[in-house]
Amino acid sequence: MLDYFHPFVLPFVLGTIILVGICIWKYIRWYKKFDRLQRTIIRKNMFSWKIIPAIWEAFCEGLLHLRITRKNPILGYMHRSIAFGWFLLIFVGFIETRMTPASSHPFWMAIFYRFFFHEHGTFAGSMFFTNLMDLLLIYVLSGILLAVIKKIYSRALGMKKATKHVVFDRFAKASLWCIFPFRLLSETLTAAIYGNGGFFTQFLADTFNKIFPAGYADSFEYLSWTLYSIALCVFFVTLPFSRYMHIFTEILLIYFRQLGVHEKNERTGYTMYELSACSRCGICIDHCPLNTELNINNVQSVYFLRDLRYKKNNPQIADNCLLCGRCASDCPVNIDLMAIRQQERNKQNFDTDGNYHYLDTVQPFNGIGRVGYFGGCMSHLTPGIPEAMKAIFEAAHERYWYIDENRTICCGRPLLQQGYNQQAADLRRKVTEIIKKSKITMLITSCPICYQSFKKEYKLPIPVVHHTEYIAKLIETGRISVRQDDLKTVYHDPCELGRGCGIYKEPRQILKATTHTVKAKQEGEDSVCCGITLGDTLIDIEQQTKIRDAAIENLMYKKPDVIATACPMCKKAFCHATTLQVKDIAEIVKENLR
Amino acid sequence: MTINFGYSIAKTRVINLDSCDFEKLHKLEKLTPSFKRCMNCGACTATCSAQQFTDFNIRKVKSLFFQGQYTQLEIELNKCMLCGKCTLVCPRGLNLRPIIMNMRKILTAK
Repeated sequence: MLDYFHPFVLPFVLGTIILVGICIWKYIRWYKKFDRLQRTIIRKNMFSWKIIPAIWEAFCEGLLHLRITRKNPILGYMHRSIAFGWFLLIFVGFIETRMTPASSHPFWMAIFYRFFFHEHGTFAGSMFFTNLMDLLLIYVLSGILLAVIKKIYSRALGMKKATKHVVFDRFAKASLWCIFPFRLLSETLTAAIYGNGGFFTQFLADTFNKIFPAGYADSFEYLSWTLYSIALCVFFVTLPFSRYMHIFTEILLIYFRQLGVHEKNERTGYTMYELSACSRCGICIDHCPLNTELNINNVQSVYFLRDLRYKKNNPQIADNCLLCGRCASDCPVNIDLMAIRQQERNKQNFDTDGNYHYLDTVQPFNGIGRVGYFGGCMSHLTPGIPEAMKAIFEAAHERYWYIDENRTICCGRPLLQQGYNQQAADLRRKVTEIIKKSKITMLITSCPICYQSFKKEYKLPIPVVHHTEYIAKLIETGRISVRQDDLKTVYHDPCELGRGCGIYKEPRQILKATTHTVKAKQEGEDSVCCGITLGDTLIDIEQQTKIRDAAIENLMYKKPDVIATACPMCKKAFCHATTLQVKDIAEIVKENLR
Repeated sequence: MTINFGYSIAKTRVINLDSCDFEKLHKLEKLTPSFKRCMNCGACTATCSAQQFTDFNIRKVKSLFFQGQYTQLEIELNKCMLCGKCTLVCPRGLNLRPIIMNMRKILTAK
């Protein structure tokens, strides 16, 4: 083994040992913090077919960074060239080492290959490998170049704001940026002495020999290889404590996620994996309405996760979020950002028993053979929506029971969002009782907040649908017929309905049948929050209206006549802020009933 | 000097503002400054979901808080479902939902 040893190898070897040791220690410690259910899921599926999609996703996301590429190709190229390029350098280098006839193959040989082997043609096809390694090095260096450009001027790569990093991250980043230029320099100098370079390094080496007198390369070669080794060592040692921990953690996270592990109500080991899987790429910053409209720059998910990971959490940060979910839909690692924020909120508020005995006074209703309609609290502030729904029910000859016609009952989600779990559960129990007693066959709700609550937190034995789903079904089966008007309508995706429950198709189907739709600037998964949200308790009404105005501007892109939405809160938010008509989809359908 | 008006107030109805503890009120005003803007119009109370079932009354709670009368408020406030309708109807733009949450927080904190 000592045939291929040189003292400058030591920093690299030491760095690698420290890196592996710390990573294994951390991963085992976090795994022990998984709760029992999560561990059972992992043990059950550990060697099942679910590994195959996990490996595929790890390859696509960990190395190729496809999700980033889809959003921003140049940024994707930058991440891919560094990740995939470096992986190939190691992988191809390893094959090259194995094919070289040698007395031993220590693991550092691939890293310092050119230093130990000075001749071309030690094995068949070695020249091919030498040129390939040069190509890969250029590939990685192109990524590093883009990263440097991004650091100086992030807009060049399509990012309005780059993440502000902590000192530790900057240190790790500097050493990462040094690694590949040092490698290029070292290989060039060795090629200048022995002529063992590939097409690129040999070209550089020849140029070097032309400029500098003989002997220069000899005196700097050893220093350069040492610096390369030290840069590797510094990067490896800082890696487990910096954002670069995401490199390995993301792979494990993808594996656990594919096995079926989810976030819980309180922090578990899985959360620790998620916190470390955040690469702090800063993609979540650019579209956060708090950043773009209000210039609040310390609450975005990237900073929220960072502060949690370094245990510097400030409760105000968890609370200052609209819960619109835009960051979660943008996140290239698919971290469950909403759930983690919820966990922190759960810790903060004093959760006591609720005082909701008054709901027992709701008269039981015999709803056999009827559907239940739950308007939700907010629809009482926009009475047009329940009116329209009543008209639609009558047109479809549906027998219905309007559950909260006279008295508003809350679904419990607003309490839940603020961390009052126990009170929310108390409220849910009461509402479940009311619904179960009535024996209705289906629950239709107009409010996306209630919809998400009924769908995800309640365990109702009957189907739960949003009114857009219901109306789309009515039109499809021909139970109601509608005509098409000639207004230009733009659809605003409510956060809770779109990103929250994944309903994008049905509202658009209905609008297509009843009116002419035009596109908004950003829609679907990228829609902009209306600002009047229950999620954020720290911003005041003036700030909320600023966000609302930005949302309206986004909708005005194609100069529509009508703004359509499917949420009473969004309607309430928009109706005072624009001269256009703001209508709920139910109202549009009612107007166009035949 | 005591003036005799010929009538007096029942002892149980007297609120001596000089002996009240306003610390909690100041804390609340610091957390949610918009609290000071309230003009007692009662729009919040009229729209309140909990009010439709019980005698829960935000305006009353608010007034009691304002006068430093904190007894029983904690249990009373737990009737609120935090649905947020009051915040949307408030003509003075009070951030009412956080105000109620902060009231709960301040009252529960020992």
